[in-house]
Amino acid sequence: MTTDVIAEDHNHHHGPEKGIMRWIKTTNHKDIGTLYLWFAFIMLLVGGAFAMVIRLELLQPGIQLVNPDFFNQMTTMHGLIMVFGAVMPAFVGLANWLIPIMIGAPDMALPRMNNWSFWILPFAGAILLSTFFMEGGAPAFGWTFYAPLSTTFAPDSTDFFIFAIHLLGFSSIMGAINIIATVINMRAPDMKFMDMPLFVWTWFITSFLLIGAMPILAGAVTMMLTDRNFGTAFFDASGGGDPVMFQHIFWFFGHPEVYIMALPAFGIISHILPTFSRKPLFGYSSMVYAVVAIAFLSYIVWAHHMFLTGMPVAGGLYFMYATMLIAVPTGVKVFNWVATMWKGTMTFETPMLWAISFVILFTIGGLTGVMMAMTPLDVQYHDTYFIVAHFHYVLVTGSVWAIMASVYYWLPKWTGNMYNEKLANIHFWLAVVSVNVLFFPMHFLGLAGMPRRIPDYSLQFADFNMISSIGGFAFGLTFILFLYIVIDCIKNNNKATSRVWEGAKGLEWTIASPAPYHSFESPPSKEEIIKESQHFHEK
Amino acid sequence: MKKLIAFFALTLFSIKSFAEYGFNLTPGVTSISRDIYDLHMVIFWVCVVIAVVVFGVMFYSIYAHRKTKNPVAANFHENTKVELIWTLVPVLILIVMAIPATKLLIALEDTQSAELNIKITGHQWKWQYDYPKEGISFISNLAKSSKDSVSADKEKTSNTLYNTKTTAKGVENYLLEVDNPLVIPVDTSIRFLITSNDVIHSWWVPAFGVKQDANPGFINDAWAKIDEVGRYRGQCTELCGVDHAFMPVVVDVVSKEEYAKWVQSKKAEKSAVEASANQVWTKDDLMQRGKTKYEANCAACHKKDGSGLAGIFPAMIGSKIANGSAEEHIQIVLHGKTTMPAFKVLNDVDIAAIITYERNAFGNNGSVVQPSEVKAAR
Repeated sequence: MTTDVIAEDHNHHHGPEKGIMRWIKTTNHKDIGTLYLWFAFIMLLVGGAFAMVIRLELLQPGIQLVNPDFFNQMTTMHGLIMVFGAVMPAFVGLANWLIPIMIGAPDMALPRMNNWSFWILPFAGAILLSTFFMEGGAPAFGWTFYAPLSTTFAPDSTDFFIFAIHLLGFSSIMGAINIIATVINMRAPDMKFMDMPLFVWTWFITSFLLIGAMPILAGAVTMMLTDRNFGTAFFDASGGGDPVMFQHIFWFFGHPEVYIMALPAFGIISHILPTFSRKPLFGYSSMVYAVVAIAFLSYIVWAHHMFLTGMPVAGGLYFMYATMLIAVPTGVKVFNWVATMWKGTMTFETPMLWAISFVILFTIGGLTGVMMAMTPLDVQYHDTYFIVAHFHYVLVTGSVWAIMASVYYWLPKWTGNMYNEKLANIHFWLAVVSVNVLFFPMHFLGLAGMPRRIPDYSLQFADFNMISSIGGFAFGLTFILFLYIVIDCIKNNNKATSRVWEGAKGLEWTIASPAPYHSFESPPSKEEIIKESQHFHEK
Repeated sequence: MKKLIAFFALTLFSIKSFAEYGFNLTPGVTSISRDIYDLHMVIFWVCVVIAVVVFGVMFYSIYAHRKTKNPVAANFHENTKVELIWTLVPVLILIVMAIPATKLLIALEDTQSAELNIKITGHQWKWQYDYPKEGISFISNLAKSSKDSVSADKEKTSNTLYNTKTTAKGVENYLLEVDNPLVIPVDTSIRFLITSNDVIHSWWVPAFGVKQDANPGFINDAWAKIDEVGRYRGQCTELCGVDHAFMPVVVDVVSKEEYAKWVQSKKAEKSAVEASANQVWTKDDLMQRGKTKYEANCAACHKKDGSGLAGIFPAMIGSKIANGSAEEHIQIVLHGKTTMPAFKVLNDVDIAAIITYERNAFGNNGSVVQPSEVKAAR
């Protein structure tokens, strides 16, 4: 009896459910990917609105718009929302959409957990944002929430913040488990690990970083919780604890976290550059090894965020050397990308523009990273706007740039329609100019001595702050244009082919555009896998 | 082409003239800060060269290998020799960079040959300076000129959404001036012992090449030997709460003779205060002194008008403590309570004045507290 039911169900290829319940109950990887991406975009707008408040307040010296406490709430929530609400969910959304169709799998390995790990997010986000309406206001201790400012001296809403972080952590860990299970078990039978495209590889490795790092963050916030409410003294020197231990634990999560937001971006760029150069990716296997090396190194360099906490000389030296080593595999990746373009046949559609500017701007962020890896120099750079400039170059013109590139690159596959190339070009150029007007002057501000996280500054910093703010407002507006382009792409009737791009390779281009609700119910053949792999080249 | 060269030459020249506007690190006035500056510039130029080479190759490729110029793509996808080179060359560059950095770090951390020790304690939101050997101790607050401008702004922001009038412009050294600067002698090796009383702060003077976190319950050290007499400014660089932006560092570096004179005058001041602590003060005198001292030391949290901040900083207006027993009031000010710091660093007269002010201003109706009572309560 039961076998009959299952058999019948198996043969009944239904499409999506109608109405809102489709999205709430869905276990389809494409639906969940879409949910993640829209959630990330909404959070990006929220976090962006906070950034606009920050830049408005910093437009001129003096305190004009918000009081310093609210300003601190803004910088804190801007960081938290962008990291945990925008960039990470966006990459998970891309993973959901792309990994199954890149490895020839019908869906993710654990579809119900997939649904759960998404639907935790809106609740976690709502709890985090609800702290604004509580007495004492939202958390105002920076996204790094150093104790004891975040324990003894924090507002009551901090306990809600801790709960939100726990939920976000659950979601990330479940997402990571799902990706690992999918990559290991659901690959087309004839696909070897070294046939996998780089986006899959980078996400596979990122998942291990998530599983390693997120529980440590959970540990840190749990210790905060007991310090705040149950009389423990993990981070309180008067009870035998140590506030610097908080930083060790936080950054033992925090540094892998940096690469959680960078590795999938590397994968994306490794897809787009070969496509528009019409040439195989240069050094496929060294790309994979470089990512593994970066992931390993990311676990042993955490204290370079803590050079000024009173570290012994030996510690300062070790963390300097280990950090500088990261430049080697990262350099390999950049050189491989340039070599991929070399002697190619390049065209410059919008995804390619984002990808090329990613390589340039991310490298600038990487070079300032080498500068601040040097312990004695960090004495002057630490906690200034030089740092703010650095991590926005790697996170905005790095991670966010890769996300933008991938949206333009795969949007035709998702919607079945081509986006408006002319508008997309305008969007790119507005964004790339304004983002540099926004972040480049911050290098000067930091070197000249402006500390980060201040709502007001002395007058010698006024000019660059104004330039930066103007760039910020312009950059903020480009996202409205982006939204319009995406909606237009969904609605217009400018049909895309299944291959979409002349030089595109990968299993995802072998299925129709838009990608059917169920794909790869039968696995691709070995020939097809090899032909679409990134290391394939005509003899 | 000539025009292009002229353009780049002009840009380079203007970068030089921009230096005065604060484009770059300060070379500073200690051997360490100059070494940091030099190493920073070397590494900067190394990075510039790397960037120019990598982006140069890339832009050439973008130009020469576009579809219109190079319609047939090459097909190579690996080259062990090239890959080995671009793995090993960066390793070599990094080793060359690490050598001077290692030397500099070792010099920077060597605080052994200090001639003068100064203890620096961070408080929310001021610095306390102690000269243990000389017995001098004082608190350094944001100067009144900046404070007034900021609090005027703050009042406005709570009433109106946005106003374009900036009061900061009329204030000299806005946010970078204090009431009592740290005074140290020139050409003397000084060890700073840095700690905190509440949250983590960070003490930074760019011109000295000194930045060190102040951790509650632990003492960090740093050192400087300053070559030039002058006034140097810095700021707290670790987020430490609401007024993180408003606790600057100002250091007066003076000649050794002037420093000796300053120490003498500070000591004389101290004994004068100690003597006056035994006298009976009038209420008016205490109130007058109390107002300025309250506004310098207490108003950051309890506010100038004594209104505090609901749920975080208790109000002075109608306070049970300010209107109740003087003994409890003195104890709290001297030794602190939960997040309220201890103020025993202030002298008896100042504490008596502050307490008397708190008990009689803001419509309160408490008793007058004499310096002798504070002395007895210590």
